[in-house]
Amino acid sequence: MEIVIALGLGLLAACGLYLVLRPTSFSVALGLTLLSYAVNVLIFLGGRLGATAPPLALPDAEGLADPLPQALVLTAIVIGFGMTAYLVGVALRAKGESGSDRVDGGGGA
Amino acid sequence: MSHLPILPFIVPLVAAIVLLLGHGRGIVFERTLSTIAIVFSMLLAALLLVTASDGAVRVYRLGDWPAPFGIVLVLDRLAAVMVAVTAALAVPVVLVARQGIDTQSRHFHVFLQLQLAGLYGAFLTGDLFNLFVFFEILLLASYALLAHGRDAPRAKATLGYVVLNLLGSALFLVALALIYGTLGTLNMADSGARLATVAAADAPLVRTAFALLAAVFLLKAALLPLGFWLPQTYAAASLPVAMLFVVMTKVGIYALLRVVTSGLSEAAATADLLEPWLSWLAIGTIGIGAIGMLAARRLTLVAANLVLVSSGTLLLGVAAASVTSIAALLTYLVHTTIVTAALFLIADIIAERRGALRDTIEKGPHLGEIKIIGTAYLLLAVAASGAPPLSGFLAKLMVMQSLTATPHAWASWMALLVAGLVTALVLARAASAYFWEPGRADGATAMAAHASRADMTRPLALPLILLLVTALALVPLAAPLSAYTRATAAQLEQRQTYRDAVLGNATIERERRP
Repeated sequence: MEIVIALGLGLLAACGLYLVLRPTSFSVALGLTLLSYAVNVLIFLGGRLGATAPPLALPDAEGLADPLPQALVLTAIVIGFGMTAYLVGVALRAKGESGSDRVDGGGGA
Repeated sequence: MSHLPILPFIVPLVAAIVLLLGHGRGIVFERTLSTIAIVFSMLLAALLLVTASDGAVRVYRLGDWPAPFGIVLVLDRLAAVMVAVTAALAVPVVLVARQGIDTQSRHFHVFLQLQLAGLYGAFLTGDLFNLFVFFEILLLASYALLAHGRDAPRAKATLGYVVLNLLGSALFLVALALIYGTLGTLNMADSGARLATVAAADAPLVRTAFALLAAVFLLKAALLPLGFWLPQTYAAASLPVAMLFVVMTKVGIYALLRVVTSGLSEAAATADLLEPWLSWLAIGTIGIGAIGMLAARRLTLVAANLVLVSSGTLLLGVAAASVTSIAALLTYLVHTTIVTAALFLIADIIAERRGALRDTIEKGPHLGEIKIIGTAYLLLAVAASGAPPLSGFLAKLMVMQSLTATPHAWASWMALLVAGLVTALVLARAASAYFWEPGRADGATAMAAHASRADMTRPLALPLILLLVTALALVPLAAPLSAYTRATAAQLEQRQTYRDAVLGNATIERERRP
């Protein structure tokens, strides 16, 4: 299972990075979203992968799933979501000001 | 357990919420409340400084959960110094903002308070994930503050800044995930202690994690390859925002210093992680800042590039990481924050009096009240370039003395001296354009423009005087200041005291991880 998740994460991060380096703000926002997905899964993996450990304390269970990464990832998701929403807002305003969707100062800027 | 360590965070946060609830009560209400909160925060910061001066590390456990399982705030001398510098800078910032800039778009004071809450929180937290959260609070407020104002198109500069910092936040989270995955803790004291016992198989991953963490902090501190965003962004910001942002690069430097002194350099897994490249890149940053100053056509851009130079100087101190160099960098940090903010302020005062020429370094109309503005400019230029007898000289001397034992002392010395010379040269050239050379023939129109604006700049005199008095007071206060920073550096050296204070003496039962 580790190799599948590792490859998937790598692919997600690579696509995200590619899109972030594109010159238009729409693909940058999309790329940052993909990157934050990859990051969130990575945080989740900080608690180790496992299909058998229960999330709550059961009397006869051997161990517990680590609850902390779940709390961390929730925080990270909320913050990432808010930031991306703000980015889209600023991108729209920049388009209104300069008439171009480009983030690199080219085009109509 | 005293509640003092969390108060600097609570006060601006409550002020921001009340400001938001009271929206619609008019600008007078907002200004009054915001100013009261900031003055109160400054008094609190002074109390923090005095409280921390007994050398004890005070720990505030949120919800009374013991570290490393709960989140802690830690008040030590370093946190107190950083909070005090920020609080001292916030007073002139709010005084400047009150002169009309805060009405250009809504909620300026709300974001100002949130930014301060994030800054104080970042300085006081003892937990890496909590540091991330406070970083996000201060960054989100800074995005809004940067875009603030109708007088210039700022969305483009803001967009670049937002994208860069979102990437930084993603990297921060990657680093945190790796640190938690390998060390099993995000508490700073605990992770520092556990670095020493990292298994050999985990060592590369730990090294990567802390390298990424350092990269994020260095992006905030604008080190050489990561710092090209800074001058344009700062020059695009409105005046109070640019002044406040001077302290933003210091957050990155503070965080790096905190992580380095938590035990990064002693552990085998992360030994030599920052050196030797950090000091070379710091020297490069000073060089880029100096070249940027020479190339700048506006005084605001000169000040923005000066931020780069001071970042480089501070990072030289972090790279050396000795007691004397940390003491020197903290002394320099106090001086450079005040003086650079004052330079942004005087650049705006000059710009307001020159009509359409603004602060471009060109011959222009005669400025009114040249004696007062000229004297203030001269004092700031002497302090900024590090010439005797002002605080810049003392602080720079301390930094240079502390670097004598480092391997590339000659290069650091040369960079610092050349940067000082370039600063003096650039500020002198600007002064001759502003103050000495006769007005241009077509200056009459500009004169008419500035005559109407001249009374607008008079209210800015109070914040300027405040900053100048603080900068001048750093000279007679140099002995107590350097004594305090030396004690701060010595306290940072005593890792075990810090760990015992945060974690307690009880051995921590931990679940074994697969």
